[in-house]
Amino acid sequence: MSNNVMVLCEHVGKRVTDSTYELIGKARELAGAFGGQVEVALFGPADLAEQLGGADVVVNVDDPSLAEYVPECYERALMHVLGEREPRLLLLANATIGLDLGAAISVSWQAPLAAYCVGLAAEGDTLVATCQILGGKIMAEVETEGTKAVATVVGGAFPTEPGQGSGSPEVVTVSVPDLGSVRMSLTQTFEAQGGDVDITSVDMLVSVGRGIGSQDNLETVEELATSLGVPLSASRPVIDSGWLPKSRQVGKSGLKVKPRAYLAFGISGAPEHLEGMRSAELIIACNTDEQAPIFEIAHYGTTVDLFDLVPAIVERVQG
Amino acid sequence: MRIVVPMKAVPDLVEEIELTSDGSGIDREYLKFVLNEWDDQALEEALLVKEAGDAEVIAVGLDSDPDIEQALYAALAKGADKAVKLTGAGEAPDTHARAEMLAGWLGDQGADLVITGVQSPDDLDGQLPPALGARMGLPHVSVVTSIEAGADAGTVRVRQEFSGGRSTELSVTLPAVVGLQAARQSPRYAPISRIRQMMQAGGIEEAPLSPASGTSGLRVRRMYAPESTGHAEMLTGSPDEVAAKIVELLSARGLVKG
Repeated sequence: MSNNVMVLCEHVGKRVTDSTYELIGKARELAGAFGGQVEVALFGPADLAEQLGGADVVVNVDDPSLAEYVPECYERALMHVLGEREPRLLLLANATIGLDLGAAISVSWQAPLAAYCVGLAAEGDTLVATCQILGGKIMAEVETEGTKAVATVVGGAFPTEPGQGSGSPEVVTVSVPDLGSVRMSLTQTFEAQGGDVDITSVDMLVSVGRGIGSQDNLETVEELATSLGVPLSASRPVIDSGWLPKSRQVGKSGLKVKPRAYLAFGISGAPEHLEGMRSAELIIACNTDEQAPIFEIAHYGTTVDLFDLVPAIVERVQG
Repeated sequence: MRIVVPMKAVPDLVEEIELTSDGSGIDREYLKFVLNEWDDQALEEALLVKEAGDAEVIAVGLDSDPDIEQALYAALAKGADKAVKLTGAGEAPDTHARAEMLAGWLGDQGADLVITGVQSPDDLDGQLPPALGARMGLPHVSVVTSIEAGADAGTVRVRQEFSGGRSTELSVTLPAVVGLQAARQSPRYAPISRIRQMMQAGGIEEAPLSPASGTSGLRVRRMYAPESTGHAEMLTGSPDEVAAKIVELLSARGLVKG
């Protein structure tokens, strides 16, 4: 067992993701406290190690079956690397790969898992995690027992800069046996669908959530979007219901937006949504639940019913 | 094909969440519980798979979850072939305990596919689908948005979603566990009258669970509501007054003509 902190590198094509840098930055701090090093597990071609200057060691598994993300291949490779390197802590991003692998690694590697982490600290030998649960309404501060742990970290919880070092990490190559016997294979890849509008490149968005109630009610907010001359975007439930196309989805599994103004109607503010819009310059939220988490990050808020408020805004804009 | 859908009741997030007086957990006594919304998606996708071919759908819940019967009767009303309440789950089991107990029960059920919600709002120690997959030694895929019959017998095609709208299609050999993000269509509605019929018919079976022996290895120090670091400035007044203030904020930034 080492005192090292390991980060699983995620990359889209040839680009290491921001979430990976967020984890490496936090790993630097924790490894310092535990008296270990930062190791980054890199699956696929080793040339990406050039982008991992924030690591002390890059543990590379370059196997053809790891060229693209296939959950079972990654899981086996990661379990093998954990067995070889025995880190104190494994950090995963709480996105698809973390949701796929975190709890499975926890069971197989027999290490506790703290999910939805927004804070991580070392107190002596103890890892203390602060986790955001129940739709962001409750924070849980937990200790992990034992000498190893896994944490899945919410996107945007830590800054990227501390993880973007310019060092030259040692590259250790590891080969993983039996990746040929996996029970799944990648058959197709779909890039993000381009929509009629690019919601990431506009000055203002009118965004709507579950509070809209039904597809018929969309007309109300559509009218506002039209009168302001901006696109309509939405949170996950509206997209999943098929009321608006996927290209209009703001949030973790949709798009990250940073408009000059973001008007949120009937959006409660689940952490997954906030991840996609919290950097907007001006956030105005309308939700009848005064406890809605959206009000924690909005600059201005109101509990006036959206069906009363939206027509009143339209009237003034069209004035 | 036999599909098992494990379902969980979770605190209704619309309600205010009360903590226990010592701050170590959620006060469950007065809390309203509802079906985990991702489990509702999982059930819908299971029913779609059933309708597209030849499958049996079994909804299961744990007796630890308040009002889980309601979700099980609703599942029957929506078209599940069987609903099973698993007993002896103890009090508020965490994900690791759930996975261990469900894996024990599933061991001799001959399920080809286990479909459950990708996450639940209170799974502090991680998500059920991968924990269950690892426990059972089965392939598992999460953040899935569709499941369809595969090209080869004994396989399914699943679509897995990533940030930014990218997705992939995987061919997965059965038996397997799938964590569902969203079904191909909105979860169907079960009329109250139909749920009542199911309740009167008493269609829920019961089966005992072996208690979990392992723990998650997490020790909760405290739970708390997040401090308001930068709460929104609340705009009050009549809809017209609030609308006026919003338009003023936007026009001050040149975003609308004032």
